[in-house]
Amino acid sequence: MSKLRYLENVTTLKLNRDVCVGCGMCLNVCPHAVFVLVRNKAVINDLNRCMECGACAVNCPVAALSVKAGVGCASAIIYGWLTGKEPSCDCGGGSDCC
Amino acid sequence: MRWGLGRERYRVAPGVYAVGTPNDRSPVLISANYKMSFDILRRSLDGLDAWILAIDTKGINVWCAAGKGTFSTREIVHRVKSCALERTVSHRTLIVPQLGAPGVAAQQVKHDCGFSVVYGPVRAMDLKAFLAADMHATAHMRQVTFSTLDRLVLTPVELTSMLKPALWATLALFIGGGIGPDLFSFATAWNRGTVALGSLLSGIIAGAVAVPVLLPWIPGRAFAFKGALFGLLVSLLMLTGIGTSSSLPENLALLLALPAVSSYCAMNFTGSTTFTSPSGVEKEMRYAIPGQLAALLLAGACWIGAAF
Repeated sequence: MSKLRYLENVTTLKLNRDVCVGCGMCLNVCPHAVFVLVRNKAVINDLNRCMECGACAVNCPVAALSVKAGVGCASAIIYGWLTGKEPSCDCGGGSDCC
Repeated sequence: MRWGLGRERYRVAPGVYAVGTPNDRSPVLISANYKMSFDILRRSLDGLDAWILAIDTKGINVWCAAGKGTFSTREIVHRVKSCALERTVSHRTLIVPQLGAPGVAAQQVKHDCGFSVVYGPVRAMDLKAFLAADMHATAHMRQVTFSTLDRLVLTPVELTSMLKPALWATLALFIGGGIGPDLFSFATAWNRGTVALGSLLSGIIAGAVAVPVLLPWIPGRAFAFKGALFGLLVSLLMLTGIGTSSSLPENLALLLALPAVSSYCAMNFTGSTTFTSPSGVEKEMRYAIPGQLAALLLAGACWIGAAF
């Protein structure tokens, strides 16, 4: 997995260290080990592995993290471009397409 | 199932399920009501006593449902309350799969229903070790991987999703194949159409099957680039195979169209990976789609032109 890396410098992830309370929740939920704790505060250790899933920002108790999370499939982004809405999988309620 | 057919019927009823003979101190694990995930979870807990609370994610797996908002704080709170979970167990802890975290705010769940959220490991197979370690996940358990096998099992659904556009493209190829000096000929439509269809299918297989499987070994980071590169290789191989039986404009059409199709299919695979970010996908699409369209138009012009 360490070999699979995507485009550099595109992620919208931002961490406000002044607000961070060092609870470590972001380390727990991040699926790509983007964060580490340094001196009881979170630090972004590997920014370019962020896939913008949004788990860290949603679970941060003090809103120190922000990221523009969204659906990552190409067809959803095309849908977003064509309709001017947020990207969304055009797969109805029941199917699994993302 | 893996082909993405009939998935709508593949769900379990939301509610509380028992594994083994659980009591009021047994752990509670939250699950999506996608039958495939649910069965894997149940099997991985074999030999333990636990409760599974299946929440209604419309039959979608945890990670996708979390991204789309059906695996959510609201649904967990709603299900905990409607199942009166506080009467089933004496503790106040829910084990939520880590990949559900994009849809769940742990602090909000605690606030709304009194249960604390502990995020479990990414993979169900690590659950026994996680529970044995007093609900502590190792760094390895927290990370998502994307092995060759993981990628291979995803390719059928990629092919299925290409089915509809491919049928339209086939129709266009057989109509385009018939256009010639005598306006339209069914014989040439058949001959040229089948050759073109072969190229289309090769492009789809290159982009939707070969690129996903060979992902780490194809140079480049952008999926559209990987797809185009691999498609170019395939079209060059096909040309050496065909030899001199086709004309220069036809060869050119193949060299343009096949990589464009492959590039498009590979780009669509970003939606199935475990490591691509929406910002990155949008960035590569912004230059890839005009490129793919231009290559297809040019290929079409070469190909139709070759008939005259």
